[in-house]
Amino acid sequence: MTGRIMMTTLIPMVLCAGLLLAGCSTLPRTTVETEPPLRKYEDLVDNGRIHPLEIYDPLEGLNRGTYRFNYYFDKYIFLPVVSAYDFVLPNYVEDRISNFVDNVFEFNNLLNNLLQGKLYGTGITLSRLVINSTVGIGGLWDPATSWGMHQQPEDFGQTLGHYGAGEGPYLILPILGPSNLRDTIGIAGDAASFAGVGPVAWVENNAASRSFTGVSSVDRRHRQSFRYYQSGSPFEYELVRLFYTKKRELEISR
Amino acid sequence: MRPLCIILATFIALIGAGKHAFAESTYMFPFTNPYEATVIEAPPEFQADISQKISQRIINLKVFPKRKIPKVFWYENGLPCSLTYQDHKAPLIFIIAGTGARYDSPKMIDLQHVFYKAGFHVVSISSPTHMDFVINASSSMVPGDLAEDAEDLYRVMRLAMKQIATQIAVTNYYLTGYSLGGIQSAFVSKLDEEQQQFKFRKVLLINPPVSLYRSVSILDRLLDDNIPGGLNNFKPWLDEVMQNLSDIYKEMGYFEFSGEYIYKVHERYPRREPFLRAIIGLSFRMSSSNMIFAADIMNGGGYITPTNAEMDYATSLTPYAMVACRTTFSDYFHQYLFPYARQYNPDLTEEQLISRLSLNFIEPYLGKADKIGILHNQDDIILDPGDIDYIRQLFGPRAQIYPSGGHCGNMNHPDVVRFMTHFFSVEGD
Repeated sequence: MTGRIMMTTLIPMVLCAGLLLAGCSTLPRTTVETEPPLRKYEDLVDNGRIHPLEIYDPLEGLNRGTYRFNYYFDKYIFLPVVSAYDFVLPNYVEDRISNFVDNVFEFNNLLNNLLQGKLYGTGITLSRLVINSTVGIGGLWDPATSWGMHQQPEDFGQTLGHYGAGEGPYLILPILGPSNLRDTIGIAGDAASFAGVGPVAWVENNAASRSFTGVSSVDRRHRQSFRYYQSGSPFEYELVRLFYTKKRELEISR
Repeated sequence: MRPLCIILATFIALIGAGKHAFAESTYMFPFTNPYEATVIEAPPEFQADISQKISQRIINLKVFPKRKIPKVFWYENGLPCSLTYQDHKAPLIFIIAGTGARYDSPKMIDLQHVFYKAGFHVVSISSPTHMDFVINASSSMVPGDLAEDAEDLYRVMRLAMKQIATQIAVTNYYLTGYSLGGIQSAFVSKLDEEQQQFKFRKVLLINPPVSLYRSVSILDRLLDDNIPGGLNNFKPWLDEVMQNLSDIYKEMGYFEFSGEYIYKVHERYPRREPFLRAIIGLSFRMSSSNMIFAADIMNGGGYITPTNAEMDYATSLTPYAMVACRTTFSDYFHQYLFPYARQYNPDLTEEQLISRLSLNFIEPYLGKADKIGILHNQDDIILDPGDIDYIRQLFGPRAQIYPSGGHCGNMNHPDVVRFMTHFFSVEGD
């Protein structure tokens, strides 16, 4: 799972990047000739209110550095791999892989539905797991959705949020992208349970687990239509931050 | 003999009129509310089947190779356009995107498919208001002056042709664009009459504004009038939207970001027009914010960013985003575009500039240019009352007006697609 990559390689990478970028300021460099603009923040923005775009982001300089790293990683490594994957495999096979990956990760949905005491979600997830693993031939097909049993996605970050944990500072994780402190702990928690008591532990085959990690990462990037700077906005960092935060609020409130 | 001729002529005219009335009366569109039509994707039965495998490649244009791009735009490296090509000699059509849209926005992709299917090579160009264009391809880096934007577009088209000339065989050139790209097409076509580079055979304006200034004022107001208290009071509005989304999520049992899902939600919940208006206003404000920030940085700051300040990848742009989204296109017009235009023409008044940015300004040309057609909707939200009458009067039989569709909401409707294809292929190439 992608979370495993994170634990073994990404955390040291974040730390290194953090050391390199620690001195970064998020303010523009000015000179004596610098003059304020005609339309100023102080004149236009009402300070007495909360503005959704201004999300708690104390590590913004570091995060923007990681955002840029992710842009290049995506452009030169991730997307070329994804397009090779796309080129080699027919859509039909790609869909089977997506279903298979989803079915394996139902483990995390099941666990987190249970942890949150969501009986309906637990029931649906359990039924999906059984139906798709049997009728859907090992999860390659997803008949459960067509029978009206939609996926009940829950992760450990949502579980933490469900019990009242705040989101903490906003974070951009290398490769994985936007997150926050709560959800980063969530990713680590999900990865640990997946490896410790979940599918990885059941299979007990390192090669199989590792290839699953690789395939599922590519499959997920393949399904994610986001492309850096396709938004046409110089404020993409801000927009992603707002969108991510609101999306997580929505997922947790469900 | 003469009476017979008259009867015959009348009969033919009647058939013609009947055919016309028939075409308009059988046109079925699921939304009678223009805001719904503009925002919500019509269900599949109202969309032409245009999906197919197409051959495409990206052309990256360095229009001003010596231009130094500020570090804050570290990801910018030329103007990308796309070429969708036939494997044989074929006519070529340029398509120009609407405000803030890129060459590969969903509407552009639809048009690529429509014209590829109709046998054209297609060159897709981002809007001159898109950040990529402002930074890489605008000579003044102050977009909005239609005549200047047309020159920039023309330069891009020539450069694109130069790059692909050896790879494709072209018979003749055609041109179209939607929304802002529609009115720009008219100005580009006029420029082409003087420069004769492409000698466009036919040009179609899709849902263009009649007056750019009036249309942007309408769009500016959609946000301020429909989010109580404006953007300084955005949080309560957003909270309410989130609450509604959360309820929908709970009730539907799942969530997905697709046109189909949005349509389902729309069918289930009563229409909320202020919300739809606000969404259109927000989307327009985001486009204009992006454009204004790009223009200001490229011109050294002073409007919404400080002068002589160096920004890079680590600079927080949040404060400028906050200011940009509190800046309307009309503000930009009065405080930035007009002062810029007056530098070169001290006698220019705001009224004159406003009138320059309209179809009226090139009316004599449009009135007699038989190759130019226009496709519009009676209920387009960017028009004022009287605009459709003006269009009918100016273009006569070259105007195809649908009774509904909002602003560009019916561009992939089967009837509209058939009309577009037919418009460009009557001549036989």
